[in-house]
Amino acid sequence: MRRAWSMVTVLMLVMVLGVAACGKKQAPVSRPMPPPVPPTTTPSRPPAPPEPVAEPTVVPPEPVRDDAISSASLDDLNRNSPLKPVFFDYDSSDLTSDAQRALDENAVTLKKYSSWAVTIEGHCDERGTAEYNLALGERRSVAARAYLVSLGIPADRLRTVSYGKEFPFDPGHDESAFKKNRRAHFVITAK
Amino acid sequence: MNRIFTVVILAAVMASTHAQQPPTQPPAPQRQQPTDIVTTITGEAGLPPRLAIPEFIALSKDAESVAIARTITQVLFDDLTFEREFALIPRDVYSTIPAATSFDDVPFDRWRELNADGLVVGTVQKTGTGVKVELKLFNVRTRQTAYGREYAGSAANPRLYAHQISDELHQSQRGLHGIARTKLVFDSDRDGERMGGTVENRGVKELYIADYDGENQRRVTVTKTLNINPSWSPDGRSIAYTSYRRGGGQIFVSHIYQALLDELTKGEKAGENWLPAWSPDGTRLCFTSTRDGNAELYVMNRDGSNVRRLTRNPGIDISPTWSPAGAQIAFVSDRGGDPHIFIMDADGGGQPQRLTSEYSDRPTWSPAPYNEIAYSARTGPGNDIKVIDLASRQVRQLTFGEGTNESPTWSANGRHLAFMSTRAGKSQIFTIARDGKNTRQLTKSGNNQQPNWSK
Repeated sequence: MRRAWSMVTVLMLVMVLGVAACGKKQAPVSRPMPPPVPPTTTPSRPPAPPEPVAEPTVVPPEPVRDDAISSASLDDLNRNSPLKPVFFDYDSSDLTSDAQRALDENAVTLKKYSSWAVTIEGHCDERGTAEYNLALGERRSVAARAYLVSLGIPADRLRTVSYGKEFPFDPGHDESAFKKNRRAHFVITAK
Repeated sequence: MNRIFTVVILAAVMASTHAQQPPTQPPAPQRQQPTDIVTTITGEAGLPPRLAIPEFIALSKDAESVAIARTITQVLFDDLTFEREFALIPRDVYSTIPAATSFDDVPFDRWRELNADGLVVGTVQKTGTGVKVELKLFNVRTRQTAYGREYAGSAANPRLYAHQISDELHQSQRGLHGIARTKLVFDSDRDGERMGGTVENRGVKELYIADYDGENQRRVTVTKTLNINPSWSPDGRSIAYTSYRRGGGQIFVSHIYQALLDELTKGEKAGENWLPAWSPDGTRLCFTSTRDGNAELYVMNRDGSNVRRLTRNPGIDISPTWSPAGAQIAFVSDRGGDPHIFIMDADGGGQPQRLTSEYSDRPTWSPAPYNEIAYSARTGPGNDIKVIDLASRQVRQLTFGEGTNESPTWSANGRHLAFMSTRAGKSQIFTIARDGKNTRQLTKSGNNQQPNWSK
């Protein structure tokens, strides 16, 4: 009987609370307030978690499109270029007599086609390091350019660029490949 | 009767809870986050602590959670193995030990039988926005938590949780600056794209980044030309490099997370510019330029302003690297004939001192506390990676004639190097520990060169 009585009480409490929870008008029921939370207990929420494990998305800036750098007619000209490559000895940017002969012929061609602008590329074989070869390739292109300027070709027609060992002409790993890859290579960029 | 009474009490409690909490408030977490560092686990008799890492517990049983738990466990195991600070108990031994379902039923006795000093237990739970990962490192003897932390974030790349946990365990337990979240940048021709407008139809080289372990390889440039010499800014947000997109080599800085590009040597018509190297504070770059007619070293601000020339020499001066404090610069010069490494003051004053007398290139100065320079030395038909101690001037060799080995770069804690080697055929990126052990190949596709390791 006592049990049944307390059950009824509890049921009533449930109903009252349920009504309150549904947001209807407050039932004027007096009930004990919960004890205040002592300030010394742990906070009810954990400290903020560490910064989320996340990383930003990679976005390649300023992509280059194909149409900006293609030029078909010059490609045809360069495919059978009248300008001869100049070859170098190992680890050297000195112009051999063969190299000078090739440059003499190129000077004649450049005087004949006086509107041509040319880029002289410096290339190296694979034996030096990639980094040092950038400077060595530059020396080779500059040596070829200086020789042509000394033969009267205007310097402003001759740009230089070094590709180090990045673009070998022969992908082999022996001296016959190395020989072809140590060069100053001519590319006609305007006609 | 009793049962009914209990149910009603429960209903009352639930109802009152419902009444007190507005529905918008998220449920309170079940567990308090432990404090960051409690204790350090040690091994016996000065040996490294023996650690076991059973598979992380997927609290939500869906396939994705299980897969995330598995990935985190494996990657964390690999990350901790990489630094060799803990003796990791092989995972195939764990199978006899019943798996825990929470932090509360860990069979410590069984792990103690395996002679484990520390036990890493983790849980993975999917949340509305991603995943929550909780970690505890237990001292197996005392059963106390030595380190514990909770992580919340995206479920897109579970490896990142493992990397962060690894770095934090190394820091808290071993006082070691872990590098599991660092990245490598390198150039590669792997996509087989060709340059437009050239007779030879040359392959382009673009820049790629990868996690330290070679995972997550991603391309970061789209220029259809030659891009080389990449170098991370000290904050890991930008990459300085040499691009030929304007014709000759020029220096660019790509802010890879913002899609912004700075052209540092813009308008510099004369000569080419290569090999940018960030000062340790990230405010300046040292680089090589031929603008005055010969390859010399210069320094400029990170926006390209205030260019100052450092070297004046008829030889080639190239490949700069800063000392950790930024007071000195090591570089390569062939002023004595073959290329050798020299050290000068970072302001260019004084006479550069020669460091090596063998054919050597691409010095890279180690971070503190080590005081060493790694470089690529000619040892035969190819090159090998060597390290010179700046105090004793003693040289040790890390590679031994397998292919050619170039472009070394230190990890941020000085315990590892990445480099390029042709030992496997094409040019590929490898890492090696500072003692020459633990060589790993990170790339396999195409040719991959000139690695640089982020700080």
